[in-house]
Amino acid sequence: MIWGVLQFPGSCDERDAQHALELAGGETRLVWHEETDLSGIDGIVVPGGFSYGDYLRVGAIASFAPAMNAVADFAAAGGPVLGICNGFQVLCEAGLLPGALLTNEGTRFICRQGDLITGDAESPWLSELAPGTSISIPFKHQTGRYFAPPEMLDAVESNNQVAFRYAPGQNPNGSLNDIAGVTNEAGNVLGLMPHPEHAVEAFTGSTDGLRLFRGPAGVAV
Amino acid sequence: MAKHRELGLTDDEFELIKQKMDREPNAVELAMFSLLWSEHCAYKHSRKLLKNLPTEGPRVVMGPGENAGAVDIGNGWSIAFKVESHNHPSAVEPFQGAATGVGGILRDVIALGARPIAILDSLRFGELDTERTRYLVDGVVRGIGHYGNSMGIPTVGGEIYFEPPYEQNCLVNAMCVGIARTDEMVRAAAAGTGNMVVLFGSKTGRDGIGGASVLASAELEEGDASKRPTVQIGDPFEESKVLECCQELLGNDLLVSLQDLGAAGLTSSAGEMAAAGGTGIDIDVGLVPLREADMEPFEIMVSESQERMLAVVTPEMVDDVLAICTKWQTDSAVIGEVTDTGDFRILRNGELEGEIAVDALVDGCPLYDLDPVEPSEWIYGNNVTLDENAGPSEIALSLLGASSIASKQWAYDQYDSIVGSRTVHRAGAADAAVLDIPESDRAIAISIDGNGRRVAGAPFQGTIEATLECAANLACVGAEPLGVTNCLNFGNPEKPTVAWQLSQSVLGLTEACEALGLPVVGGNVSLYNETPSGPIYPTPVIGMVGELPDPFKSGGQPWEDSNWVALVGPFNPSLAGSELEKSRGQLGQGLPDVDIAPVKAAIELVRDAVRSGKIRTARDVSDGGITTLLSEMALDSGVGCDVSLAPVIALHDCSEEDALFGEAPGGFILAGDRKAIEELGGKGVQIELLGRVEGNEVKVAAGESSVEILVAEAKAAFESLPHRIEA
Repeated sequence: MIWGVLQFPGSCDERDAQHALELAGGETRLVWHEETDLSGIDGIVVPGGFSYGDYLRVGAIASFAPAMNAVADFAAAGGPVLGICNGFQVLCEAGLLPGALLTNEGTRFICRQGDLITGDAESPWLSELAPGTSISIPFKHQTGRYFAPPEMLDAVESNNQVAFRYAPGQNPNGSLNDIAGVTNEAGNVLGLMPHPEHAVEAFTGSTDGLRLFRGPAGVAV
Repeated sequence: MAKHRELGLTDDEFELIKQKMDREPNAVELAMFSLLWSEHCAYKHSRKLLKNLPTEGPRVVMGPGENAGAVDIGNGWSIAFKVESHNHPSAVEPFQGAATGVGGILRDVIALGARPIAILDSLRFGELDTERTRYLVDGVVRGIGHYGNSMGIPTVGGEIYFEPPYEQNCLVNAMCVGIARTDEMVRAAAAGTGNMVVLFGSKTGRDGIGGASVLASAELEEGDASKRPTVQIGDPFEESKVLECCQELLGNDLLVSLQDLGAAGLTSSAGEMAAAGGTGIDIDVGLVPLREADMEPFEIMVSESQERMLAVVTPEMVDDVLAICTKWQTDSAVIGEVTDTGDFRILRNGELEGEIAVDALVDGCPLYDLDPVEPSEWIYGNNVTLDENAGPSEIALSLLGASSIASKQWAYDQYDSIVGSRTVHRAGAADAAVLDIPESDRAIAISIDGNGRRVAGAPFQGTIEATLECAANLACVGAEPLGVTNCLNFGNPEKPTVAWQLSQSVLGLTEACEALGLPVVGGNVSLYNETPSGPIYPTPVIGMVGELPDPFKSGGQPWEDSNWVALVGPFNPSLAGSELEKSRGQLGQGLPDVDIAPVKAAIELVRDAVRSGKIRTARDVSDGGITTLLSEMALDSGVGCDVSLAPVIALHDCSEEDALFGEAPGGFILAGDRKAIEELGGKGVQIELLGRVEGNEVKVAAGESSVEILVAEAKAAFESLPHRIEA
């Protein structure tokens, strides 16, 4: 598969995402934020970082980038889209995923290894991760508290759109219902705050992230 | 007060300037002189001392004088690194002071053509019992995190000490490590008459005017809040764009030379470029993109606005350079050109505003001899914090909870330590940070260290110890040191005691580096760290980079139940300058002499044992002595130990307390199979089996004395820092 990894001014984790996707068996290319032509691309990753400095509000400016219009069309056509950290924030701002991310309860940036429990969502990204599967990947953010108004939260839960929850006792930021990641209703768009792209090398202590990146290819086969 | 004195120049220096110019300098020229002739830029009290440091070696690619040092790590790649201080700005405004300290050191490495891959920090504060210290700690840690995290560069290590002499003058030293293709690295020297000078990055504003002379080269005094406007404001988003822009410019081979703008802004950058290249330079301030339109020429020339770079570009490449800057949405402008006049000329829209010979400005500052006098007694005072009836177990818990020893995980958790996918050992996870370098098919290890209290007791031995400590840290992850950088933080060098501390310390650094065969490839000097209550502890912060063949054989593993525990090395413990002596209020002058050769042999033995994969658990004995280290190792794994220090007492004829809590260089605790440890013997390095890993207690016997504490108690003490900082 050929993956497009978006690059905004202020992106930080785009090379890590490329590295992870390549380890998972794909080819990658960076998609500059002004690009609108995604032809030839089989899947999109919106990486972590601080797009446009995250001025105004995290992800808010990036959600209006020309490349994001193309991503919206790509997602509407059923293409697999993964947003990690800032990418998750951008996808929420763009309305491709439900909810919003707020400043961590403790107000501080946190960076530590933790465990996620796979939710009930059906998504090509989760083809290697059955509901209830635990994975070890880093939590790393300052604006990661998942929030949705009550009706939206009920819908996310009842439609089985929760992709990941923080393991019991590990919610690092005050996210509602321990939610760490969600999908859209169709399941092809998935966003999460923790960083699977930083859990792909054995020397880091976990390669669980690869199971996520291999997901869509497994479905295609 | 005369204008030149307000700007920090002495009457003699002002006379010399007039002599060199053959006239009175105008306002622009005087401002420029005052900065480049400041201690911060001219090293006028330290340069004579530093010239004896060893700077050469087969792996050195760039040495002192460039923006950062660099060493070759094979396959056409080099590692660039440097440490620098941002002490006074952080004491005045901790968040921005620390943030721009990180931003500044990153730019030094970026200017070499390298991509930064790691940040480490060495921080010093007063004791945590004052609200001001807690405010400084919180602000500095948030500031470091803010800048590094936002740039996507991992903060992988560091150290924090809390000592009363830093109460009013905290230290914030940041080290950056970068990677570059050796043949794409650029120097800072201007070259080629008629080449264009391009400024890019942030617009120039009024922030940070006079930072180098007013803040960095004078003692801090009461009412320093009024100096807040001299602290710069950081914008990591801008720097992130500048980084990518530099990488693209250099990747396309568009630059002749590159320099960052730091202390003294354009004056320093352009002046040093011209001096290094033996050229002249014209700068037209009317062409500089400004934040505020009505800035005076001297303000533009000395502004310390952050996130700016200066490049020399051949005329035919200018359009391509400006186009890449535009792509990265960063301001850029041609602001001058390289000339053959040997003069630094300041113009405004073509009108001459100032003209100084480059060599007078950059190299004309008089260098001073120090007037060192050894103090007759301990000048820093003492505080008793330990109950005089405390037994060994209570002492052990008290040391584990001592602010300088207790876990700094609270700070490390606020730093992105993993971005870049290279981090093998994060901050706090091993004695040194380890990063994967697949480009060169190996890994690097990085350590930063400098125990000011021990240096205060004996600057020569203390600085040797700090250097050995770094090498020992690298050995524990299997790494061989390649090069050293340093930041010398001292008080006012015009005072005899500080002059003695500084000269002794540089001698110690020279001695240690020569004995270890290590080049000093760069460094920074921060003097005048002093307030009306006195100087800081003399604090040479040593940064060391090493290499190891395989990231999977880099130690850092917790010990395991039924492992054997051994002490390796010539470790001869003493309470002099130790954490225990501090808590008893008994600190004084003097440390035992250090014999470097046997320490070096132990370092090499441990390194080889770790990199061969035979030993996976190795730590060096440091603050708080053997008992403190054994307790920390028990916390890493959750399993306790039962050991006896009888061999240490027998070998060195030391007291029971020395053995339990004494400090010295040259000691390692290794854990593993008995056979693996015994196989290390026979190479002339002392190896003593002390006992086993077992149970839920840390049991350390030393003659009649013994420490017996539960691992859970040790954990509570060791992890007590967050409660005290956020109190």
